[in-house]
Amino acid sequence: MMSKMTLLSSGMYTTIQDGGRFGYSKYGVPKSGAMDLQSYFLANAILDNDKKCAVLEWAMIPPILEFEDDTVVSVTGAICVPFLNEIKQKMNSQIQIRKGDVLRLKNVTNGVYGFVGIKFGFQSEMLLRSRSQYNEITSLSSLRKNDQVSFKIVVDFSTSNASLFTPPFWGKKDRINVFEGPEFDMLTDHQKHQLLNAKFSISNTRDRMAILLDGLLENTLSSMLSSPVLPGTVQLTPSGRLIVLMRDCQTTGGYPRILQLTKESINVIAQKRSGESIKFDVL
Amino acid sequence: MKRSEVEFQYKRYSEQAILIQTLSKVDENLLETLLFYKKSIEKYYDKLIVEVILSYNSLLIYYVSTIEDVYGEILTLKSLFSDDGEIQVMKKRLWKVPVCYSNSLAPELSLFAAKKSMNIEEIISLHTAPVYTTHFIGFLPGFLYLDGLNEKLITPRKSTPSPKLKKGSVAIGGNQTGIYPCDSPGGWHVIGCTPLGFFDVNIEKPCFVSPGDKIKFVSIKENEYNDIRLSISKLDYTPKFDLI
Repeated sequence: MMSKMTLLSSGMYTTIQDGGRFGYSKYGVPKSGAMDLQSYFLANAILDNDKKCAVLEWAMIPPILEFEDDTVVSVTGAICVPFLNEIKQKMNSQIQIRKGDVLRLKNVTNGVYGFVGIKFGFQSEMLLRSRSQYNEITSLSSLRKNDQVSFKIVVDFSTSNASLFTPPFWGKKDRINVFEGPEFDMLTDHQKHQLLNAKFSISNTRDRMAILLDGLLENTLSSMLSSPVLPGTVQLTPSGRLIVLMRDCQTTGGYPRILQLTKESINVIAQKRSGESIKFDVL
Repeated sequence: MKRSEVEFQYKRYSEQAILIQTLSKVDENLLETLLFYKKSIEKYYDKLIVEVILSYNSLLIYYVSTIEDVYGEILTLKSLFSDDGEIQVMKKRLWKVPVCYSNSLAPELSLFAAKKSMNIEEIISLHTAPVYTTHFIGFLPGFLYLDGLNEKLITPRKSTPSPKLKKGSVAIGGNQTGIYPCDSPGGWHVIGCTPLGFFDVNIEKPCFVSPGDKIKFVSIKENEYNDIRLSISKLDYTPKFDLI
C-alpha cells in the first residue's frame, strides 16, 4: 500500500537521490546520486533497506515533512536535531512515524547535505534505472513546497529496534585524499608544491555539479581536448582556480584534470561549508 | 589501418576507473581504433565494468567495484589490444538530420551571415554539404561531438553566452557544429533548428546516434519542420539513415 509524504516547506536544493545513474555516461548523462554517499548508505542501513533505496537529500536548510501514513525513517548526514511533532528524536537511528506526523530538522550545526531515509525507499519515478532527480532526466529537478513523494506504508514495526554503529561525522576532516589526475604531470614542480602544500577554501559557488575553491594556483596549462571526467575530478581553470566536480557533473570536460578525489573524500568535501579550508594529500 | 600504429598510455583514474589515452592525431582512423578497442574491452569484461566512456583520444573504463590490482588490470587491458591485425571497418550509418534555417526559427542566422560576409544561402550550402562524423556523446545528455565543419564556417564562440539556446538549436562554436538536445545556456551561434529529439529518457538507449555514425544536415522548409514535429508528437516518425 502506497501513501504520500508532503513537503510543508521545501528546504534548500531538496531532491530525491539514490546511489546514482550508472551506465549512461556514454550518452552524456551525469551520474548524479547522493552528494554524501556514506550518509546515504547509512540512512538505508539503519532501516535495514536495500542499499539502492532512494532517500531525500537537502542542503543547509532542511524541509518540513508531513507523512500521511505509518512508516519508519532515518535522519543522517549534516548534523541537526530531528523533532517529530515537537518531540526530540535522534539522528542515525530509526524514527517511527504515525499517520499525520510532522518531521522537523532543527539546529543544523555541521555539514551541508542531510538525508532522510524511509523504509523501502521513496517511490518516485525511476528513469534510466535511477530515481535521482536531475533536470533533463526526471520531470522534477528538485522538490518544492507542497510537492508530494510516495512511500510504502509500514504496518509492522517489529524489526525497529536494531542499533547501528555510526562513525564520527566525517565532514569535519580537513585532509582530502587524492590520486594524481591524468594531467598532474604537466604541472611544474613549483605548481605541484603549491597544490599539495597550500590550503584551499570552499567558495560560495557550489552546487550538486561542482565546488569552486578559493585560492589561486599559477596556471600555465592551456585547455585541452574534451575528455572524460568523473565526480571528484579536480580541474584547473584558466583563471588558476580549482573546480572539484561533484555528482551532477558533466561527463566530459576540457580543463586539465590535475587531481582525483578518493571515493571517501568526495563525501567529505560534499559536507564542507563555504569558508572551511582543506588540504590535498596525494596517496 | 594497423592497430600497432597507435600508442596508448594507461593510468589509474580513481579506485574504480582506468584511463587509456593517446597523443595520436584525432581523426577517423583514431576513432575506428578507439571503437575497436572499446568493443574488445566491453566484450572481455562484460558485467565487471559499468561502461567505457569514449572521448576524442581516450577511453575511461569505469569498473563496478574497486580495482584491487591496478597493474594487473592494465596488463589485461594492454593484452586486449596486442594484436597486429587490421581493423575491420564496418559500414556506417548516415543519419539525415532535417534542419530548418528559416528566419523565424533561427533569427540569428542573418547576423551570423553578415559577420561572415556571406549570404544565407552560402552558409546553408556550406553547412549541409559535409558528412559529419560523430566522435562521442557528452557535455549534455544526447549532445554529439561532430567533426567535419567547413573551415569557412569556423567562428569563435560569443564572448557572452546566451542564457537559453532552445532544444533542437543547430549551432556553430569555434571549429565545431552541434545540436542542442535540450534547452541550455550556450555561447554558440544558432544557425538553424531541427525538429528531431536526440535524447529520449524513456528509451533504454536514449540517443539513436552512436559514436562512429555519420550525420548529414538536410535543409527543410518551415512547413516541413512543422509536419515532422507533428509526426514526432504522434510517435509517427523514425529518423532515417543510409548505410555507407
